[in-house]
Parts: sequence; structure tokens; C-alpha cells
Amino acid sequence: MRPDAYAITIILLAATVESGTILLFPIIGEIFTERSGILNLGIEGMMIIGALVGFATAFMTGQIYWAFFMGMLAGGLASLIHAFISITLRGNQVVSGLALSIFGLGVTNFYGQEFVNLQLAHTIPQVIIPGLSQIPFFGPILFKQDYMVYLSYILVIITWFILFKTKAGIQLRAVGQNAQAADAMGVNVYKVRYFWTFFGGLMAGAGGAYLTLNCAPFWLDGITAGRGWVAIALVIFARWNPPYALIGAYLFGAINALQFQLQSMGTTIPSALLSMQPYFLTFILIIVATLLVKAKHIGVPKELGIPYAREEK
Amino acid sequence: MGAIVLQVKNISKHFPGVLANDHINFDLRKGEIHTLLGENGAGKTTLMNILDGIYYPDEGEIYLNGKKVDIRSPFEATKNGIGMIHQHFMLVDTLTVLENVVLGLESQGFYLNKKKIAERIKEISQNYNLNINPYAKIWQLSVGEQQRVEIIKTLFRGAKILIMDEPTAVLTPQEADTLFKILRRMIKEDKSIIFISHKLDEVMKISDRITVLRKGKLVGTVDKKEIKQKELAKMMVGREVLFRLDRNPIRRKGEVLKIEDLETHNDKGIIILRGINFSLPGGEIFGLAGVSGNGQTELAEVIVGLRRAIAGKVYIKGEEVTNLCPKAITKEGTNYIPPDRLKVGLVPNLSTVENAILRRYDREPISRGIFLNYEEAAKYTRELIKQFNIMVPRENAPVKFLSGGNLQKLILAREIREEPALLIAVHPSRGLDVGATEFVRKKLLEERDQGVAILLISEDLEELLMISDRIGVIYEGKIVGMVDIDDANINEIGLMMAGVHKNPLLKGEENVKV
Repeated sequence: MRPDAYAITIILLAATVESGTILLFPIIGEIFTERSGILNLGIEGMMIIGALVGFATAFMTGQIYWAFFMGMLAGGLASLIHAFISITLRGNQVVSGLALSIFGLGVTNFYGQEFVNLQLAHTIPQVIIPGLSQIPFFGPILFKQDYMVYLSYILVIITWFILFKTKAGIQLRAVGQNAQAADAMGVNVYKVRYFWTFFGGLMAGAGGAYLTLNCAPFWLDGITAGRGWVAIALVIFARWNPPYALIGAYLFGAINALQFQLQSMGTTIPSALLSMQPYFLTFILIIVATLLVKAKHIGVPKELGIPYAREEK
Repeated sequence: MGAIVLQVKNISKHFPGVLANDHINFDLRKGEIHTLLGENGAGKTTLMNILDGIYYPDEGEIYLNGKKVDIRSPFEATKNGIGMIHQHFMLVDTLTVLENVVLGLESQGFYLNKKKIAERIKEISQNYNLNINPYAKIWQLSVGEQQRVEIIKTLFRGAKILIMDEPTAVLTPQEADTLFKILRRMIKEDKSIIFISHKLDEVMKISDRITVLRKGKLVGTVDKKEIKQKELAKMMVGREVLFRLDRNPIRRKGEVLKIEDLETHNDKGIIILRGINFSLPGGEIFGLAGVSGNGQTELAEVIVGLRRAIAGKVYIKGEEVTNLCPKAITKEGTNYIPPDRLKVGLVPNLSTVENAILRRYDREPISRGIFLNYEEAAKYTRELIKQFNIMVPRENAPVKFLSGGNLQKLILAREIREEPALLIAVHPSRGLDVGATEFVRKKLLEERDQGVAILLISEDLEELLMISDRIGVIYEGKIVGMVDIDDANINEIGLMMAGVHKNPLLKGEENVKV
């Protein structure tokens, strides 16, 4: 019997949102970190730490939301290593970020050994929103999800609002564009940078935890599979603006969901080739984004990657 | 004159290897404009950065209205009613005027009520004739307007003491006059202003009192009414100063440089040169005046091959060199003194010797096959050092440790020794002290007398008037005027720099399209 095309589309798109949410959290986090002038290449590491801590907590306590929170917090704590090196010690942010990624993979490999091949009994439960989920087509895609997905919707709106409508947003943008000017105007550059780097870590941890608590409720080494790197690329695609992050994350999610669906339906295309597709898409997106950024003269935050010191002579 | 509002006692500040401020005393009265005068490196900016809380003094005390204060950050300076306008504006150019004004203000809530803030800005702006649209983005404003945003920023914060660090350096003479009017209006409202400058004529024009610093030390404080410009110059430099340089009558030779309808982009991909035409004979210094950002540095870069022309032609000695590579253009006899000494002119981490041979490392006798002959290189470098009187403590140490004047002399020596037919000099004396400035200008005049064609690009009108034979004015990528030095009038040039006066005063074959 041929499945109904409409039903399949709905399933695919709902999976797209789920899969995209894993990335949406870290992208938004990194947008804010980079807006403050700190480049954190440690997302992959923070995500996988969040993934393991989230998984382990859920496995041991059975408290799924508590596990999500712990995963998020673990990512945040990991980001403080990077913050300390790049803000306080004014070290090289690229090296520090790469080290954090390698550290994350290594440490989860070690502590994750006892969880390998274990599975969670329960994943994050679905919460159907009455009313909204009745909207034809969009309802079942967007509003038959879980609290974490709804949280990500709200996050996009709130972060956009913070960025462009509030005092904190102006301080953040000023620090990332001209730290010296911000400092002269009495903004505490270090504080702003620590805060948003920590926020970036929390979000990366959240993305990781969402992965192991919902999409892939088991533990494997390197389970994040490079999603952290994809997130960094998609920050450029999003042009440091939260609403565009949504598009980037869902595009990646769509291809991911599609290739998954194809694999499960049993096509003749080799699975490795299919699994590659989301990453290939990332490449294309980054080319498009770079061209767009160039054509529209939308700059990278000018202070990105540059340590700030006041008394430099 | 009012009571003393600010007093600085025995302030000292060290930087590695330099004593920037050596026991400085200074006071400021209510409703006065007090100028801080001194050469580059005299310690003026350091002292003001201390008042603004950017630096913390090693020694000394600051009193505000008789009370001792401890200013540890710009934020605390603001709280104490001190506002500083830096030489490089502290503005975030992707943000709007309004956003820049409220940046760092504690009194604002989490959500910004833009309407209310805009009204305050308009109020201040009307009160002092500042005329600024609060919703404009900073990058869309002219330099003069950006400066007014800085003033609004300090007034918005309720500053009573305003520090302005060389505010006229980036302005045309007319814009400077507007600024002076604003400043006079401000002291009438009982504000006090510290004005930092090294330009004597404007200091005489605007100040009530003048404090002179030299090499980090206090020379003295004088009342403007009781001192003459010449005495002031002597206080500042420590010796008599030449206000004029002697120069020989001009002997023009054949045409060396010819530019036709030249157009190019700037780094952002926006058209910055819109059809430049002029020609330059040997033996002449052609000075190009203009407010920065009107295409003058890009023009120099196109001529020497560092930037692609998108239209038009460049001829050197009759041969077309448009868009050739820099090396080929150098071969045609063009040499270049770039605006940024350590970014373009020299390689900071290479030694003096290695920098000195950059034009001839690939020629005999310094090059020998694939090897370098370091003995020859050192010999050549010593020649340059002697001939140009460059102070080099160790010729194998990285060049970045030399002072600005010596760096510039090294570049000048390296370029002039190539015996060019055409020399492009961009801001050759920017940031140099009086002695080095004189040296550079004299060398350029010497080269002119040797028959070299010199294109001098400078924002310093005094310099242009002092050594050019002809002055052109560039505005928004076009040459809007050209005058012979004997007919040059500083007011007229100023108006053309501001784009007001668009009637080109042209002579000879130059055909300027406006």
C-alpha cells in the first residue's frame, strides 16, 4: 500500500523541526557569543558534553527536564574555560576553541564508556498545543512537538528582541563592533563577553542534550557527528541574526530528515552518501552566505577574535 | 572668570620605557576654554585619558570642586561630570546616533524608549545648534557630524567638563569655525572645556588660558592675552621654529605623470574616484588637499598599482601603466611613501637592514643568485642611516622599535635612493615631531629641485601651502579645484574641501569635469 503523500510530508517536516532544533540552540548561542567579539570554535565539544551529561542524568534519575537543564549547564560550564582563556588571558581564540572541541570529544569518550549502547526508557514527551495544533498543515508540524521545541521558538523571538530593542543588545553590539568605544562609554567589555560566551555554552549544551534526550536517545562516541561545526557555519549563513538562524537550522534539519527517511525506506543509494547530504548542504549554504555577506556589505562583528585590553601602548 | 572646578596635582604616569607625564599640575575654571598645547608625545592625551579614567596615574591627585576624587574608569568620569571626546571617535558605526548616545547609560531601563530619547537628543541639539538626526547611522554621517554626535553624547550625560582631543585635526577650516561657535556657546552655559591642540593659530583663536607640555613635563600656564604666538611656539618646541621654508624658484620639466578619467572602488566596493584628471611635470610638487575619505589614498594606491582602476588611464613618462603590478610600476621610476608606516611602508618584525633593502634585495650586489649578501645589505643600510641621519640603536633589531620619525626617514631614504622620476607621498609628516617634520619637508623640496615630480597628499593645509607649487582639492572622488601656490587662499581651499565651492580655478591643459 502506498503511503499518503500528504501524511509523509507532514511527518518529514515535523522531523525537520525536531532535527533543526538540535542546531537552532547552538546557532543562537554562537550568534550572541560572536556578536560580543568572541569566536568560540568549541561548540562541538560543548554540545557533546551537554549530550552526555543530559543522557547520563536522564538515565540515572529518569527526570527528563532536569536532565535537559543539567546538559545545558554542563555546556555553559565548559564555555567558561574558553571565556577564561580568551577574555581574561587574552589567548588565541581559535586555538582555545579547537582545544575545547577536542577536549569535549575526549572527555565524553572516557566518561561515556559505561553508557555505550544503553538506551533511555523515555524521551522528552510530546505536548500537543490545543488550538494551534489544529491549524491545517502547519499545526501538526509546528505544534505537535515538545516543550524544548516551543522553547526554541520563543528563544528566537526573545533573542531578536534583546539584540535590537534593549540596552543589553546595544551594549552587546557595541562591544563586538568597537570594544574600545564601548569601554569608553562605560560598558564593561569583559562582563559582556563573559556573559554571552556563557550563554553560548548554555545553548550548545541545550542542543546536545536535546539530541540525546529526544532525537537519538542512546549514547555513542561522537554522537554529535560534527553538528557543532555545522552550527558555526550556519552562524555566518544567519548573518548574526536569530530569525535567519531558524532558516539555516531547519534547512539542515530538512535534508537530515529526508535522508533518514530515504534510508529507512530502503533505497539503493549508499547510506554513507545519504548521510553526507546535510554536510554537503552546509557547504553550499556557506558559499551562498559568503556571497550574500559580501554583496550586502554585512560585516562580521569587527572585533571577532580580537582580545581586548585597555592599557595597550 | 569662575571658580576652579578641576585641579590636577603632581600627576605622573609611566609606560614601559617612557615617562609620559612627569608631575603635572593643571587647573580648570568654570566657563573657560583651557588649551593643553604640546607636540606629539608631549603627554597631553595621556593626561586627559587619566582624567577620563582610561589610565590610572602612578602618582598624584585629582580634585573636583575642591574634593579629592578617584577616577578609575570612563564610567566614573561620566558620573563626575567629565566627558571626553577622543581624537578617534568612540562611536560604533553600525549603530544609530541614538543608540550610540545611550550606550553604557545606566539610567535607561531594559527596554529602550527610543521616542523619549530622540526627543532629548533633539532638545540638546537645538539648544547648541548641533543639528543631528537621532536615527541616522554613524557611518552615514560626515566627520564633522560625527564629532557633534560625540558632543551630544557628553551633554546627554550631563557633562560639565568637556575634554576635546585635537578636535580640529579632521575638520575643514569652516567646520572648525562651526565647532568653535558651539564651544563658545557651551562656555556661556557654564561648561568648562579642555581643548587639546598643537596648532598655534587656532589655539590663539579659541583659548582663555593655555598650558604647555613638552616631553611629559609641564612648561607653564599662560593667559592668552599676555602671550604672542611666537613665544608660545618656543615654549612648545623648546627652540625657535621656522614658520617658512626657503624654496628655490620652480623649474618645470617634461610631463611625468598623467591621469585620465580615473575611477576606482574603495575597500567596501563603493566607487570612490569618479573621474580624476591631471598631469604633473617633473620638478613640481603637486599638493592634493581634501578631507580624509574623499579618495586621495585610493588615488595613490591606484597609481602605484596597489588598487585596480575600473576606468581611466595612468601614464608615467608617456607610457601607460594602468593596473600593472606594483613592481612593474616601480620599474618605471615610481616610488611611494605610504600613509601607514608600519602597515604598508615597513615590515614591523624585520630588521632595519632587511627593511632597507626591500627595494633592491633582488638586484646585484645585494642579491647573489638565490642568496642574499648580508654584508652588502648592511653596508647599504649604513649608507642610508648616515645620509638621512636615522637613529638606529641596533640595525638587526626589529624595525618596529624605532620612533615614528626614524621610521619615516628610513622609508624616505629607501624610496629616494631609487632615484625615482615620480614620488607619491601620502601624509609624509603625520604624527612626526617638529624636527622630523622639517626634515621630511626639506627632503621633498630637495627632490623637487632635482627634477622629481612629487604628488603630495596631505590633510595638513599648512604643509601643503608651505611646500607645494600647485594645490588641487579632491572632494567626493573628483578634483574640484586647482590653484597655483601664488594664488592660493586658505579660505577658498577650505570651502572647496567642504564641497561648497565647486568652481575649479583651473590653469593650462587640465580639464576637470565637475
